[in-house]
Amino acid sequence: MPKIKNRDTLISIALVMPSIVAVGIFVYGFILWSLRVSLSQWKGLLPDYTWVGLKNYFELFADPRFHIDIRNTVIFTVVFVGGSLVLGLFMAILLDQNLPGESFFRNIFLFPMAISFIVTGVVWRWLMNPATGSRISGFNQLFHSLGLDFLINRWHTTPTWGIAAIALAAIWQMSGYTMAMYLGGLRGISDDLREAARVDGASEWQIYRHIIFPLISPITLSAMIILGHISLKVFDLIVAIAGKQLPLDVPAIYMWQVTFDGYFFGKGAAISILLLLVVSVLVIPYIYYNLKNEADV
Amino acid sequence: MNLFQSRVPFRFQWRYLLLLPLLFMTAFYLIPMYLMIVTGFKAFDEVSLKTIWQLPSSIAFDNYIEAYAKLTPYLWNSINMVVPAAIISSILGSVNGFVLARWKFRGADVIFPLILFGMFIPYQSILIPLVEFMRSINMYGGLPGLVLAHVIYGIPITTLTFRNYYATIPKELIEAARIDGADLLKTYFYILLPLSIPSFVVVLIWQFTSAWNDFLFAVVLTNPDAWPITVALNNMAGSQIIAWNVQMAGSLLAALPTLLVYIFLGRYFLRGLMAGALKG
Amino acid sequence: MYAKKFSFTLVSVLLLAAFVLAACGPAAVTEVPAATAAPAATEVPAATEAPAATEAPVVAPSKVEVFSWWTGGGEAAGLDAMIKVFQAQYPDIEFSNAAVAGGAGTNARAVLATRLQAGDPPDSWQGHAGQELIGTYVAANQLQPLNDLYKAEGWLAVMPETLIPLISQNGNIYSVPVNIHRANVMWYNPELLADNNITVPTTIDEWFTAMDTLKAAGVTPLAMGEQWTAMHLFETVMLGTLGAEKYNGLWDGSVAWDGPEAKQGIENYKKALTYVNSDASSLTWQDAAQLVVNGDAAFNVMGDWAEGYFRELGKTPNTDYGWAPVPGTVGVFQFLSDSFVLPVGAPNADGATAWLKVAGSKAGQEAFNPVKGSICARTDCDPALFGVYLQSAMADWSSNVVVGSLTHGVVANDSWKTDINTALGLFLADQNVETFQAALVTACKASGPCK
Repeated sequence: MPKIKNRDTLISIALVMPSIVAVGIFVYGFILWSLRVSLSQWKGLLPDYTWVGLKNYFELFADPRFHIDIRNTVIFTVVFVGGSLVLGLFMAILLDQNLPGESFFRNIFLFPMAISFIVTGVVWRWLMNPATGSRISGFNQLFHSLGLDFLINRWHTTPTWGIAAIALAAIWQMSGYTMAMYLGGLRGISDDLREAARVDGASEWQIYRHIIFPLISPITLSAMIILGHISLKVFDLIVAIAGKQLPLDVPAIYMWQVTFDGYFFGKGAAISILLLLVVSVLVIPYIYYNLKNEADV
Repeated sequence: MNLFQSRVPFRFQWRYLLLLPLLFMTAFYLIPMYLMIVTGFKAFDEVSLKTIWQLPSSIAFDNYIEAYAKLTPYLWNSINMVVPAAIISSILGSVNGFVLARWKFRGADVIFPLILFGMFIPYQSILIPLVEFMRSINMYGGLPGLVLAHVIYGIPITTLTFRNYYATIPKELIEAARIDGADLLKTYFYILLPLSIPSFVVVLIWQFTSAWNDFLFAVVLTNPDAWPITVALNNMAGSQIIAWNVQMAGSLLAALPTLLVYIFLGRYFLRGLMAGALKG
Repeated sequence: MYAKKFSFTLVSVLLLAAFVLAACGPAAVTEVPAATAAPAATEVPAATEAPAATEAPVVAPSKVEVFSWWTGGGEAAGLDAMIKVFQAQYPDIEFSNAAVAGGAGTNARAVLATRLQAGDPPDSWQGHAGQELIGTYVAANQLQPLNDLYKAEGWLAVMPETLIPLISQNGNIYSVPVNIHRANVMWYNPELLADNNITVPTTIDEWFTAMDTLKAAGVTPLAMGEQWTAMHLFETVMLGTLGAEKYNGLWDGSVAWDGPEAKQGIENYKKALTYVNSDASSLTWQDAAQLVVNGDAAFNVMGDWAEGYFRELGKTPNTDYGWAPVPGTVGVFQFLSDSFVLPVGAPNADGATAWLKVAGSKAGQEAFNPVKGSICARTDCDPALFGVYLQSAMADWSSNVVVGSLTHGVVANDSWKTDINTALGLFLADQNVETFQAALVTACKASGPCK
């Protein structure tokens, strides 16, 4: 970067200041509040800030339910983020080929996002009904009538991996948006760049591999973070598909139950602080790595 | 306009084979939609796991009429809330993204992750301080407070999207402008903003959708007078018996404005394509 | 008229979107208006608040805001009927219906919790009668005792004697129950039972024998749904095994969760689970109940709101479905009840008291319950207003021993119930009786009366 005039620096700071103040109060102020509550024994309606140290945290570490939550979150995040990125990029590349009907496809892929999780959850619950025999329904019935019986499975009632089936519904809902992000990025890459590469004798694959993918990698970062924050907070979708049940439990559901069904605010706050800690451990190094790489380019 | 043929010559007829995977994907996306539409037309006693694939015995619009009557009083609240929330947070995001991507000052690299981190806060856990704070600044109960919440909690995601989009724009372009004597604001208005259309599309789609579909903030921050459509939609369900046929009809109705926004904004991807020609 | 409004709305959405995009277009100068348009847009809500608030409050002399989760179907219609009674009796008090829906009130509870925290309580709110109210709101000194109201209105004479202790704490009554639902009902498919020569079982052992026969005949014996319906089955099987007195002992700490009686109950529950449909965790209670009336399963244990559902499906009582107390619970009425409270520092205490008077009155309950599909908490409602099932429930309500439901907030406070729910979820997965008992003991010590 060239040297920056003082005036520009002042303007830049003035431009971002309102956002910084707002985020400072609404995010960091409230996180501090949660942190304080998580160190208290507040249980019941009346605030009770009696200090109990890390008691709530230790209880969670020993809690088998919390272990299930962590496992489910990891599986869900990997399947959901990975699936949405791959599917979104795949669809964006196809749509970038100037095929007829582009806007039709684009809107079809985006449409699921427009519908509330609560209703899509119900439809997916029907689709993923695991019953067999005379009560076969949903996808299993579809597979059966198409002669694809080997595809019939227990979906979200599969032990341990059931949460991945929920991720499938989330992919359905969010991959269209990933597609739109990628398409926006692809549309931002000038044709001249591709033409120049073609003139140099590069194959289409080489063009993608060496020119386009590196150029859209910041968009992959955005998409990963956006999808990641959804997967860490997923709540409505799971509840709509499967109710609140332990095999498909995630920290957000646990926190909701502890806080608003059980009024154990201390423990609920501890869950959210732990979630934030996990996020910072995963996300911050990644962001720094990317920022550093950008600076080096 | 012959946009479709500007990039690749028409002679590659075989590339239409690429439509096959797209059509396959379309089927995947439409199957759940099919269920929603079909169920929305069914009578209550026809809604059964056994018969989800079957068409309704008769096409009746009763469910839609019922849902429509219950939702429309709240439609304006949603629009009045979503439009300013989406626009303001997009503009803030664009400005922040520009400054953080292109105009490094000391601390800029710290501020970005700090803003970004705000996205991961689980909203359920901060409802109580949120309501108390909103009351203390007299923003509780009405739409302005809800708009404020959506704008503020939208800042991380809009900033991220714009920042990373602006990071893909070649430096040479900006440096050329600087050599021509453009200052910070001019560079933003004349160089980056015209290139940001695809990003604005993506961000507006996001903000519009998430504010439109938000239930949690709406239900805790607004009084019944200011309830947006999602609260009304949720209220159509009882606490015990839920009429899924009416729910499906209602949520399809509630999704219509969002869908129209997608269709409308989608056209601007093509504008983005034209804007792309400026670069390089 | 609606159509016109709607299309106008759509056009305005599109115009606004167009405006934004135009403003962000290549011509840089137009960006400036877009930036200034933002504050202008925020003013829109204020300007259009008038059409939104159709029931605009005109600063009435007195008003009452009542918070509930009755927003849909028969519940909402019943609430409306009761509001009509209220308005006829108190035409000067303006009624404000702040109902928020969501899965047995979970959203409503979150909204209520934030409002109470922020010092903005409604004048009266709905809560499940019993420990859900007592453990949460009475413990936080949020509720006023209603003994004087009960005396003045003569309610003690018309409500079952065994009900009063369940909604009281230290001799103080804290809520007015409007309706009563029964939790320990076993629904069955009469045709399936007849086909397999099964008479309706009345003891747990008969029930298991009947289900063995059904299983051998290839019929799913017992329909169940997602986890809360498993808890519902749990509480009824515990009641069926332990009997009313020992069941109550579980909740006052006099019967140990790790004792032999509790163990027997859990073993029975574990056995009952072996008769359950394999897709239980993917079904709602509605789906599960439907299995019985569709002939896909023989039995289903669910509260009597299921009867309202069967009727809405167009099914006929005693032909398409039959009912009996859950085996082992004959003569016991396991209840849950929606009730209303008087908060300390209610903004409109007079209005709230007026509402409670209506909610506890014969006229109010007779308006509400037939529409909602529940019975009156009072025992003097006119049976002719109710259908054949509810009439039988009314007879049992006034003659049976009354005990409370766990799943629906009567016997355990919220924290305790949440802990039990977690333990139950783990038990459903690992089926380990000892671990489950240990977890139940811990839960009782942490949040219940156990020492």
